[in-house]
Amino acid sequence: MNFFILSLIKAGLIAFVLLTTLAYLQWIERKVLAHIQLRVGPQRVGPHGLLQPLADVVKLLTKEDLLPPYVNKFFYMLAPFLAVTVALIAISVLPFGPEIEVFGVKTWMQLTDLKIGVLVVLGLSSIGVYGVALAGWASNNKYSLIGGLRSSAQMISYELPLALAIAAPLLLSNSLSFREIVDTQAGYYFGVIPRWNVIPQIFGFLIFMIAAFAETNRIPFDLPEAENELVAGFHVEYSSMKFAAFFMAEYANMVTVTAVATLIFLGGWHAPFPVEYGSGFIPTLLFVGSGAIALYHGLHPARPFDRITLPITGVVFFGIGLLFLVPVLQPILLPLFWFTAKTGALLFVYIWIRGTLPRFRYDQLMKFAWTFLFPAALLNLLITALLVAVFPNQ
Amino acid sequence: MDAPLFLLFAFIAVASAISLVVQTHPISSALSLVGVMVSLAVLYLLLGAEFIAAAQIIVYAGAVMVLFVFVIMLLNAGTEHKSSKSPMVKWFGIPLLVVFIGVISFIVQGMLPKSALVVFGTFTQGGPLEVGRALFTTYLLPFEVTSILILIAIIGAIVLARKEI
Repeated sequence: MNFFILSLIKAGLIAFVLLTTLAYLQWIERKVLAHIQLRVGPQRVGPHGLLQPLADVVKLLTKEDLLPPYVNKFFYMLAPFLAVTVALIAISVLPFGPEIEVFGVKTWMQLTDLKIGVLVVLGLSSIGVYGVALAGWASNNKYSLIGGLRSSAQMISYELPLALAIAAPLLLSNSLSFREIVDTQAGYYFGVIPRWNVIPQIFGFLIFMIAAFAETNRIPFDLPEAENELVAGFHVEYSSMKFAAFFMAEYANMVTVTAVATLIFLGGWHAPFPVEYGSGFIPTLLFVGSGAIALYHGLHPARPFDRITLPITGVVFFGIGLLFLVPVLQPILLPLFWFTAKTGALLFVYIWIRGTLPRFRYDQLMKFAWTFLFPAALLNLLITALLVAVFPNQ
Repeated sequence: MDAPLFLLFAFIAVASAISLVVQTHPISSALSLVGVMVSLAVLYLLLGAEFIAAAQIIVYAGAVMVLFVFVIMLLNAGTEHKSSKSPMVKWFGIPLLVVFIGVISFIVQGMLPKSALVVFGTFTQGGPLEVGRALFTTYLLPFEVTSILILIAIIGAIVLARKEI
């Protein structure tokens, strides 16, 4: 029974953190995009718009839920449910850190470790296509249908390079369980350079990230919802919570894909350089540094309300920084920090690219997948397999 | 825990299969087939063949059926029209179906080994490592022949799809 209670606690915790992350990821995206475009972004609700996600949730919950008369009701209702469920399930096989001990209970920072964890994530992402395709079809709207068709063609095409790009580092790690993949990336070459898969597999990593952008329907591959040609593509007929479900599914897929990239290519929760050289002090340094900057600007405020908010932020950051120095908390917080930092950096790249690149044309998208990305991934896999076969013990 | 799960997903598989035949709209039929495939994958998983279960989801439910759905959507196929039933179908359809299922199950039952029962959780050779090893040792020839067969199919499709050669 202990196992069930433990799993229940972990599931509740992970669900809470994931949903909060999804809500705030949208705030971060709006803020970062705004600053890229020289705007300020959400600013009205709460300090620096920090309560904007809450306001958005209330708005989406209370909006009128339209059910157009011309839709196929069953599939119209099923599509958003399917999309969001499949997108949220994937988090259950991803580990966030090593085995830890809390109040004498030893547990992994992961819901469940499957021998076929990588395949489960791939399978869920391939089922996720149905959500988008069905939404496009069931809406009975020509823009939606084109969006749904584009999405299914695009996702089938980019799933191949994605899977092939993952296969190469899997050959190096010799396992399909995320836990073991991360374990093989522990340690350092010559005592300094991390043994992450991204170093021998830099091409695999780039191919994976490009294909991942297409799989999650993000710019520059967001043709299924291209606003200026398809209005909003597959979700044009959806309102209220059903629209929110698609929105959540997109962000959950982003989190999953970046977490998978972190685990397979970037060494999961391992630090980029050894503890002997002080990698354990990096989080403290970062937080205390940010706290010091906030405090300085609080003492020399540019706007009147900065006199209150910035010193408070500074003190909070000092507190978080000092938490990383507590020996009892270190084995929990340090891996979590590195995992979050890597995933967060990749998510930032996602937003950065959205603010930078224009959209592909549809024929360019397909040509790029089949004539460049797919052969490149295949070649990368072949060379890796050859090297693994010739030097089996490296 | 295994037996109720087996019963549940076996029921879903059969129900989806019936729905596949009964549905009049091609999209509903295709999605019923997805239901069959997913519940079959769960049955494989219950039997300990985890790799096959994952491959079933990724390849059949995720790739093949998405293509089916894609083509149905692209052609915008509408609802089937029911033809007026002939008296033969009306009177002999269901009895013939029962006889057919009876014969099939009788033959299958005769082919099964008499004493061996399927026990959940005893089979441990279903991981990717074991399946890969079996494919590249015991079943190497069928494996390679199948891949060549698929290659021939791809080349054939390209030849048929090209306008001028």
